[in-house]
Amino acid sequence: MRRLALILIPYLWLIALFLIPFVIVIKISLSDVALARPPYFPQLDLTEGFTGIKAFFSELDFENFTFLTTDDLYWKAYLSSLKIAGISTILTLLIGYPIAYGMASARPEWRATLMMLVILPFWTSFLIRVYSWIGILSQGGLLNTFLLWLGVINEPLTILNTEIAVYIGIVYTYLPFMILPIYANLEKLDGSLLEAAEDLGCSRTSAFWLVTVPLSKSGIIAGCFLVFIPAIGEFVIPSLLGGSQTLMIGKVLYEEFFSNRDWPVASAVAVVLLVILIIPIILFQRNEQKNREASQ
Amino acid sequence: MKIPLLTLTATLALTAAAVQAEEVHVYNWSDYIDESLLSKFKEETGIDLVYDVFDSNELLETKMLAGGSGYDVVVPTGTFLQRQIQAGAFQKLDKSKLPNLANMWDVIEKRTDAYDPGGEYSINYMWGTTGIGVNLPKIKEVLGDDAPIDSLSMVFDPAIMEKLSSCGVHFLDAPTEMIPAALTYAGLDPDSKDEESLAKAEEVLLAVRPYIQKFHSSEYINALANGDICVAFGWSGDILQSRDRAAEADNGVEIAYNAPKEGALMWFDMMAIPVDAPNPDAAHKFLNFIMDPENMAAASNYVYYANGNKASQAYLNEDVIGDPAIYPSAETLEKLYTVTPWGPKDQRTLTRLWTKIKSGT
Repeated sequence: MRRLALILIPYLWLIALFLIPFVIVIKISLSDVALARPPYFPQLDLTEGFTGIKAFFSELDFENFTFLTTDDLYWKAYLSSLKIAGISTILTLLIGYPIAYGMASARPEWRATLMMLVILPFWTSFLIRVYSWIGILSQGGLLNTFLLWLGVINEPLTILNTEIAVYIGIVYTYLPFMILPIYANLEKLDGSLLEAAEDLGCSRTSAFWLVTVPLSKSGIIAGCFLVFIPAIGEFVIPSLLGGSQTLMIGKVLYEEFFSNRDWPVASAVAVVLLVILIIPIILFQRNEQKNREASQ
Repeated sequence: MKIPLLTLTATLALTAAAVQAEEVHVYNWSDYIDESLLSKFKEETGIDLVYDVFDSNELLETKMLAGGSGYDVVVPTGTFLQRQIQAGAFQKLDKSKLPNLANMWDVIEKRTDAYDPGGEYSINYMWGTTGIGVNLPKIKEVLGDDAPIDSLSMVFDPAIMEKLSSCGVHFLDAPTEMIPAALTYAGLDPDSKDEESLAKAEEVLLAVRPYIQKFHSSEYINALANGDICVAFGWSGDILQSRDRAAEADNGVEIAYNAPKEGALMWFDMMAIPVDAPNPDAAHKFLNFIMDPENMAAASNYVYYANGNKASQAYLNEDVIGDPAIYPSAETLEKLYTVTPWGPKDQRTLTRLWTKIKSGT
């Protein structure tokens, strides 16, 4: 009985916070846009009983999904989002891993303080932190003023309102999500394994690549997911720091929802995004599980 | 594209005297009222006023269509109001609770009748034009003395825009404002919605696209006042506010606003009460308070927009009522045009066109 309850809790969580909202989104994506409150049709009318439900289902169709294929805006935005999220994830990993490694190799009495420093930015609103990058990156901003003062450049650099600013914003915002899981992993790493590797003639560098990195793999994967998934649907950072030519699916979704007030198409865009994200993740998980079972 | 979620949505909750005090929630455009009026309302009625702001009609509309916004008074622009009335988002006004309706100006009412016949659902708050704001000294430097600052060619002639790009040009990020202007420049009816006309408007906009620094609907107020840009295609009162800020800062920036002589879009921001407003009674009290001539004049004197309240004109400052950029002459008024709302299908074409113009995709 207790076991059942323990299994039930995560499933209830999944149903209430993922499945039900997702079914609602799918339902809207199969509807048609209407000038009403809420702005789509058909509405489920349960007072009509079975005929109402039947009428409701007969009105649903996949028109909105076929529509997405008729305009190249959508797949271009999906691809561009995948690219931006992918590159950002790699950059975050390259910056985050050494930081996590440094934290894990620091003396134990220092670790709590270092951890605190990584978490500290969260105490300020995310929005304010992204806004402050506008002040840093703009033409007359801190960075340009500093570089001009140093004499490194003669003309202020245009960084704000470009894709570079979007990368800076995403890497900066999501860095803690990369550092924390990797750090948690590295901290538990058994130091004697490295000693054994060195005793057996491994240099420190190759011990790092042959022992530390493979053992922190699950931390790296967790960190990459935590950065990649939210980054792909990111809306705030590209709209504040990016230019109007930065194409991301989050912005397209916003336009569908707010400018076209076409909730059905907006929902279809969201469903496709979820499918793009979830299928590789499921495949990956399954593969991992197989590997684990094989190695046991 | 706008980022209203991110605009400084400052919620100004006024001193709560009693725990269970009556509240009215007002959702208005940013930088759009003299804030001393908010405390005055509380003093006169004893109702707590919770004031919240937005900077895009689209955001407001989504909240209205979703329902349950929790607001008692909202301020959509005429075309948006019309569509939201059709969607059933607003309740009819109880005119017996609005004795100050007598103060309203029939000239404006006649025009707003196009959106809300007979003013069943709304009252006019402010109105204005969409036009060209320039930093005069900078323009003189770039274009010489005879720059066409009162003509659409200022912003749609590629040769002029190429020169202006060196000092910075901002356009409103609002296709419903910019496309009619481009249509007017192309010599077409600004209210056209057919594909052929839209293609012409696209041509006009794409020709000057390389010289536009940014599409944004509120940033130009500061950018113009600081001298960061030299031309903005924007809303009259916003540009006049930036003129005022520049004059205060005394930084060598001198701003002028002109409604284009070829014809300019005239718009009306209307106050209405959502159908599910938690406190419609207090909402009526707020509308009546706003229609008091002195209060309405205070708001206009502060934000430099004309209002639809005839009686308030006696209390307006000379630099408001006497400024043809705010209260145009009868002759100019004739030249101002209004547009009708975009249907769902046209709206999609419009948004797509706008994305293409902005992002090149």
